[in-house]
Amino acid sequence: MPAKLILSMDGLVLKEITLTKERTTIGRKPHNDIQIDNLAVSGEHAVIVTILNDSFLEDLGSTNGTLVNGQPIKKHFLQPNDVIELGKYKLKYLNDQMAKAPATPEFEKTMVLRPGAAPKAGETPKPAEAPQAAAAMATAQTPPPVSATQPTKPMTASQAAPSPSPAPAVAASQPMSASQGTAAAGGKLAAIQVLSGANAGREMELTKALTTLGKPGVQVAVITKRPQGYFITHVEGGIFPILNGKPLDAQAHPLGDHDIIELAGVKMEFFYKA
Amino acid sequence: MNLSQALEIASCTDPGIVRSHNEDSIAADAARGLVVLADGMGGYNAGEVASGMATTVITTELQHLLEETPPYRVEPTTGKPHGEMLLRNQIAKANTSIYQAAQSQPQYSGMGTTLVVAMFYDNKVTIAHIGDSRAYRLRGEGFEQLTRDHSLLQEQIDSGMITPEQAKFSQNKNLVTRALGIDPSVEPEIRAYETQPGDVYLLCSDGLNDMVTDEDIGMTLQTLSANLRLAAQQLVQMANDNGGRDNVSVILVRVVREYPAPRGWMARFFSWLR
Repeated sequence: MPAKLILSMDGLVLKEITLTKERTTIGRKPHNDIQIDNLAVSGEHAVIVTILNDSFLEDLGSTNGTLVNGQPIKKHFLQPNDVIELGKYKLKYLNDQMAKAPATPEFEKTMVLRPGAAPKAGETPKPAEAPQAAAAMATAQTPPPVSATQPTKPMTASQAAPSPSPAPAVAASQPMSASQGTAAAGGKLAAIQVLSGANAGREMELTKALTTLGKPGVQVAVITKRPQGYFITHVEGGIFPILNGKPLDAQAHPLGDHDIIELAGVKMEFFYKA
Repeated sequence: MNLSQALEIASCTDPGIVRSHNEDSIAADAARGLVVLADGMGGYNAGEVASGMATTVITTELQHLLEETPPYRVEPTTGKPHGEMLLRNQIAKANTSIYQAAQSQPQYSGMGTTLVVAMFYDNKVTIAHIGDSRAYRLRGEGFEQLTRDHSLLQEQIDSGMITPEQAKFSQNKNLVTRALGIDPSVEPEIRAYETQPGDVYLLCSDGLNDMVTDEDIGMTLQTLSANLRLAAQQLVQMANDNGGRDNVSVILVRVVREYPAPRGWMARFFSWLR
């Protein structure tokens, strides 16, 4: 199933668009693949480039801009359930390929393998019967031999896998594995630039899942990189970091392009790399 | 002896993204230096019942028993500390309770739970575990797994059938070879480790280590150890960001200062004064 877009306005679904083409253009003019006849939408507003299962949204220098999940973007690697906004119109991005990933969770439940029960081959339950079969195995009172070929969970991003390159089949069935999770967030790399103090001008790319800022023991904040973007959270110290002039609370706060962070008297700017 | 000044504890449990209910159960008692984590299995809500019984039976009764006899007192018959015997007895008791409930009530038939318990006394931690719930330790730069899963996969690795590298893609991740409440008796694996101030101990269900690599877990603990509660939340969030295909539970315990058992009349006198 290719990815889809659901076009809606004020909660009313207007259209469903399947992303089959490599380039799907969005704009007010009639030659666009998705035409939105509204003055708030530019003639050539944005384009979605689709490569295999991945879709990238790019704003084509529109007058009123393009938002994804409320944040203005220039370029964005679309994630399932992202909401693109052009004026009053909303486009929800759906991707079955990803949604299917956690195939039948029933299969994954932990089961006990009774000691002495030699795994036997050739007892693969049919998929439809599998959940019941699995349950039966788990609930059996007399210890039957547990089949070695029972349905199990699809491969997970296993422990201690620094950067495995999973086999294509694995990648297709499990796009949310740890390594790819980071890759997804990496679709948009951000950085911090120090604006004041001794280190003014210094820039730091936020490539890691966690980046700490500040002085240990005095004031520390952490920037976490997640599939949906970057977030800042207070870690330690009596004073909380200031984001765009407002002090943070204990909660994680999403970071937007060009947000100003003030920490232990030092100002820095968060921004997305082009 | 009250350990709440010597230990800092934070915990977090979450059903994850895919499952509708949480079959994990956790309990923590900083004053007595006791933390318990159980990951239940079984149809409908039986998994929750099993894990809930395990944590309740172990904590409530141990709290009583620890009041009566201090855990560091050495048993004259076995030469082992009293705490270890108490732990072993309580685990056996929890096993019997769950087993009997499973036998007598059809809706609980076949339920069971994994278990990991850590008990702190006399500058040591005694860790007991059954199944694939784990304990890790962060000491300085080093992050290591203290427990060895009772799982088919671990047995296959141990016997050399498969390499740890291949294990990442194994279909048998969810098969445990030992669980609480499945058989009339169960043998927990119990080990004691010396602790050092600054150590951070992590107890977790497989929902964490299946979704987040050991490397990332270690890095998170190192970066956020100043704020234990945030570290616990961050770990759960990372598991969910990577797909959250199982319930996720974590308990973090930091050794803030030494907690030696009172020795000699002077120490006893002071501990009596306290």
